[in-house]
Amino acid sequence: MAHKIAVVGDKDSVLPFKILGFDVFAADTGKKARQTIDSLAEQSYGVIYLTETVAKEIPDTIKRYDAEVKPAIILIPNHKGSLNIGKNRIEKNVEKAVGQNIL
Amino acid sequence: MARLDVKPTRMELSNLKDRLAISTRGHKLLKDKQDELMRQFITLIRQNNELRAEVEEELTEAMRAFVVAKSLLNESFIEELFAVPNTSVTLDIQEKNIMSVIVPQMDFMVDEAVKELEMQYGFLNSNSELDLAIDRIKTILPKLLKLSEIEKTCQLLADEIEKTRRRVNALEYLKIPELEETIYYIEMKLEENERANITRIMKVKDMGQ
Repeated sequence: MAHKIAVVGDKDSVLPFKILGFDVFAADTGKKARQTIDSLAEQSYGVIYLTETVAKEIPDTIKRYDAEVKPAIILIPNHKGSLNIGKNRIEKNVEKAVGQNIL
Repeated sequence: MARLDVKPTRMELSNLKDRLAISTRGHKLLKDKQDELMRQFITLIRQNNELRAEVEEELTEAMRAFVVAKSLLNESFIEELFAVPNTSVTLDIQEKNIMSVIVPQMDFMVDEAVKELEMQYGFLNSNSELDLAIDRIKTILPKLLKLSEIEKTCQLLADEIEKTRRRVNALEYLKIPELEETIYYIEMKLEENERANITRIMKVKDMGQ
């Protein structure tokens, strides 16, 4: 089944993805991003890239889609640099699975 | 360890023995599942960590380059350049089964014919910085897509490993000892009854003489 790819985040960071053929949705507040993600999840989007600055406002929404196979919500840094939320999520996964941080 | 609240009868004993056999078998299977999941997870999470570090670094730089390029141009020109995307990426998600965890397997189909083409926007309202920025983002694309697949898989595996570990522990440290102790209790009780019965019969026989 064919799925689409979406990018959600502040405008400056997401615009370049448009040239790659991704669907771009600008959202600068947490509320807007949550609504966008919820509506995207219902459509046939397989991967949603979310910038970390927006992601830190809506941890609950991200958590809700963690257990689902799709959509996969992947955090990306924005042009100001990474906030390490994505890294922390990986470390949390390791701790959850292994019991301690082995990385 | 708490003993189950059952009556010490042969019927109960046989039931409990069946349950113990099933629990032991289930425990072994789950333990094997947990080991295999862990093996898969550890290889994947290492990859995930490295890939994320690379992607984050490169993406930040590419975005920074883009912002610089953008600042040199008029806002509305940029909008215009990107109004019609010239590539199309679609995603084909197949579900793969790792030890009964459903994980996505993503195949990305980038339109190859279009990929080879030059950037399709005018020279007039763009600059070379923009070209470079977009080129950089394009080179990150395969890594980014790979990261998506691995990260989602790790996420799902981690959840499943946690669940499996709880089940294994519940069986190993709670269910199985509980059953073993109850079986021991019933066997002892039955033997005791047996001995009491024999003594009683011997007594009755003595009384008759």
